[in-house]
Amino acid sequence: MDGMRQKWEPKIIAFLCTWCSYAGADLAGVSRLQYPPSLRIVKVPCTGRISANMILDALRSGADGVLVSGCHPGDCHYISGNLLARRRFALLGKLLDFIGIEPGRLNFTWISASEGEQFAEVVQQVTKRVRALGPATRLVKRL
Amino acid sequence: MRGIVHHITEELRNTARELLASGRISAFLGFREGDHPMTVAPFAARTAEEVELLIFNSFCVLNSANTIPELLRDLTPPAKRGEPPNEPPMIGVIATGCWSRNIVVQIQEHQVPRDKLVIVGVASRGMVDRRKVLAKLPNSDVYSVEEQDHLLLVRGRGYEVEIPRWEVVRDNCRSCSHPEAVDFDLWIGPKTGPRSIDAPFQELEEIEGLGAAGRWEWFSNEFSRCIRCYACRNACPLCYCPTCFVDDSRPQWVGKSADFSDTATFHLLRAYHCAGRCTDCGACESVCPMDIPLRKLTKKLYKAVKERFGFEPGLSSGATLPLSTFSSEDREEFILRPGGPGQEER
Repeated sequence: MDGMRQKWEPKIIAFLCTWCSYAGADLAGVSRLQYPPSLRIVKVPCTGRISANMILDALRSGADGVLVSGCHPGDCHYISGNLLARRRFALLGKLLDFIGIEPGRLNFTWISASEGEQFAEVVQQVTKRVRALGPATRLVKRL
Repeated sequence: MRGIVHHITEELRNTARELLASGRISAFLGFREGDHPMTVAPFAARTAEEVELLIFNSFCVLNSANTIPELLRDLTPPAKRGEPPNEPPMIGVIATGCWSRNIVVQIQEHQVPRDKLVIVGVASRGMVDRRKVLAKLPNSDVYSVEEQDHLLLVRGRGYEVEIPRWEVVRDNCRSCSHPEAVDFDLWIGPKTGPRSIDAPFQELEEIEGLGAAGRWEWFSNEFSRCIRCYACRNACPLCYCPTCFVDDSRPQWVGKSADFSDTATFHLLRAYHCAGRCTDCGACESVCPMDIPLRKLTKKLYKAVKERFGFEPGLSSGATLPLSTFSSEDREEFILRPGGPGQEER
């Protein structure tokens, strides 16, 4: 194995809500579905708990991409956390796009607890997009 | 030369003097002349003598709303131990369009009680960007600036220059649609009515037209000048959190290093926190010592909020802030669908 020429694989920080998407990821796992090992999962109580701080912190710490996934609209365990989050994510996406962060680095989706297959599919899709963009350079802290 | 600003200043002092004399308010918040030409300082007049220092002119680039919560806190008599906190006294405050809209936001966010304010409304003529003035002068040794209705008469070392006022008015004032206070108790000066602006977001188009790489180049060029003095935060009437995110240490959202990622994080989060609240008053940009186009970020979010949620901040204290509510009809074109074609370009 030539370690020097190992293919670069993206690191994607995934914020998954504990009620739907984390359970969806779990289901993908127990169903033995194959998906790229690019995710670093952070379990959060609700997508409404995710602030822009956290997403920027992930990018600053060297994440090549971010995936945020919560319950489908209407299914939120806390009734409306994901709907409030949807507004915030829409604006954050606009702002980061405006300063030149490639849209593909920032991904939002809804995955329910029964959608293991869809979860695996989304991870493949996101990994493909981030892989195409290459390693993140903007906003990454270099010290 | 007695111009319109002198009349407004006279009226302002008369109004403030009467309000103080009647005992209705215990302080009047406005501005006094600054230490240098073309600057002003926030000032709370508490006596008839102090009222004579109040001014209103084209250099009031700060936002009077910024000082209200602090002033109310300072004027509230401390409560005795075991007793409930005292109510703040009433204060008067001068407000142009954007200042009054920021007061409305503060009322919406329960930072300022409306019944403790006597808002003295005035129509802004557009505030002057002193950098634009300085750029037109042979040298920066300005001795005095006299404001006439449509001209600025600048005297400095070896020159006396007349500058058409509108040429040096700030960009945010040029694209302002609400020069008049929206919520007020008393009025001074002439009324102008709302202005209709054809392309309020024109200044963004040039940047939006660049590709992602070009936009990043613009952002990193302009914002890497930042020395992180936080003057933009301090001048902003929206920034009143007891602990700002930049001062959080666990977790530390913004590092203390000079690396651009930390500076960028500060500016992105600062602008983001103003989404749906910023009235484009331009105080941040006016106080920036490094001449950073801070308003571009907040204006972009202003535009996004207006387009997506049909909301403009500070126009009605009864309205719900766009980020503390939601609609099931909110557009979600940015949500990734499994098996779908992927995100469209935002």
